[in-house]
Amino acid sequence: MRINIILNGRNIQAETAPDELLIDFVRKQGALSVKRGCETSNCGLCTVFLEDKPVLSCSVLAVRADGKRVTTLEGLKEEAEQFGAFIADQGAEQCGFCNPGFVMNALALFRENPDPDEEEIREYLAGNLCRCSGYEGQLRGIQAYLRWKKEAAAGRDTPPDKK
Amino acid sequence: MLTIREYKRAESLKQAWQLNQQRGSRIVGGMLWMKMQRGTVQTAIDLSDLGLDTIEETKEAFRIGAMVTLRQLETHPGLAQYTGGAMKEALRCIVGVQFRNLATAGGSIFGRFGFSDVLTVFLAMDSYVELYQGGVVPMEEFARQGADRDVLTHILVKKTPLLFHYESVRNTRTDFPVLTCCGAFSPGKESCRFALGARPGRAVIIEDKEGLIDGGITPRKARAFGAYAAEHVPTGSNMRGSARYRSHLVNVLTARTALQLQETSGSFV
Repeated sequence: MRINIILNGRNIQAETAPDELLIDFVRKQGALSVKRGCETSNCGLCTVFLEDKPVLSCSVLAVRADGKRVTTLEGLKEEAEQFGAFIADQGAEQCGFCNPGFVMNALALFRENPDPDEEEIREYLAGNLCRCSGYEGQLRGIQAYLRWKKEAAAGRDTPPDKK
Repeated sequence: MLTIREYKRAESLKQAWQLNQQRGSRIVGGMLWMKMQRGTVQTAIDLSDLGLDTIEETKEAFRIGAMVTLRQLETHPGLAQYTGGAMKEALRCIVGVQFRNLATAGGSIFGRFGFSDVLTVFLAMDSYVELYQGGVVPMEEFARQGADRDVLTHILVKKTPLLFHYESVRNTRTDFPVLTCCGAFSPGKESCRFALGARPGRAVIIEDKEGLIDGGITPRKARAFGAYAAEHVPTGSNMRGSARYRSHLVNVLTARTALQLQETSGSFV
């Protein structure tokens, strides 16, 4: 069956099978940041935005995305790089495998709640597993990024160490 | 792995029901649990186009469409207010936001899963399911039945004046619960109704039939009611905990929830 999706702003029309999962569909379209980490809908690595909401692309049928907007890390390059620099500054990640899903969901959090406190950050990102770290570095990176955004908004633009 | 031969977006409830009468048909909710299963689905029926993704709130009740996501339930201001935060507390530990943006209210209830936080919190409320053929059925009755080929279209929650408190124990934050407990307390009538789930079987209701907490809940009465619940709620063992451990949790969570309800009702007087 043929479906139409808007993938990262681009109209895509392609064949899919009734049981093809969105993760496999978008990977075939070149969105290789989207990866499988667990096969049990638990790790958050395959996170994409479906109509701007973060979802597990490993658990949605591609046909369900027919006529809808799908955004992957490839479509959020600038924002992701900016935020990723703060995570790197903290040396938060070791292997980096969990990074695409983590960045996607963190960006979803910032859109939904631009000024989250520590508990809100932990709760929103609880579904993104990292097996190298204890999440402390990521938390510091997020808080540093949010401080920078606030200062930038207040007109005191201090750029991140790495850009 | 789950194999799906044919995918059909139902154009009406009647069509969904008709398709669902065929062997090998399955209605797809969020598909999160279904995806874990092996087997072949001949026709996957999708209810996405039937307008079942909204929560209608009136003065008397909530009417929740089957395709409403757990995240919608968790963030709905009216439900948060009515349940005193218990709805969010019941849902926030279910895997992650991305999971709860997919998992549906209807799928969670229709599956009558033993591990279900969702079933636990709805059982404590004055709630009902609306079925295409079967009409309106009380949640407690529905939860006891086996699966059939009817179509769950809505969940109804009457705004009966009740106070709620939710507790769960998990080995790790986003894991399945080892035990769930939702208490509902009617301050005027001094009556209470507790739902206990992840026993690991389906959630069941326990009421204070012996008047253990009559005349206001004190720590001593709460402990007595906890012990009563532990005696009357059947528990079993699985990899997350033994029956003995779970019965201990029934005791502790019931007593803790009762005390919390008393505290909340005190602040309401």
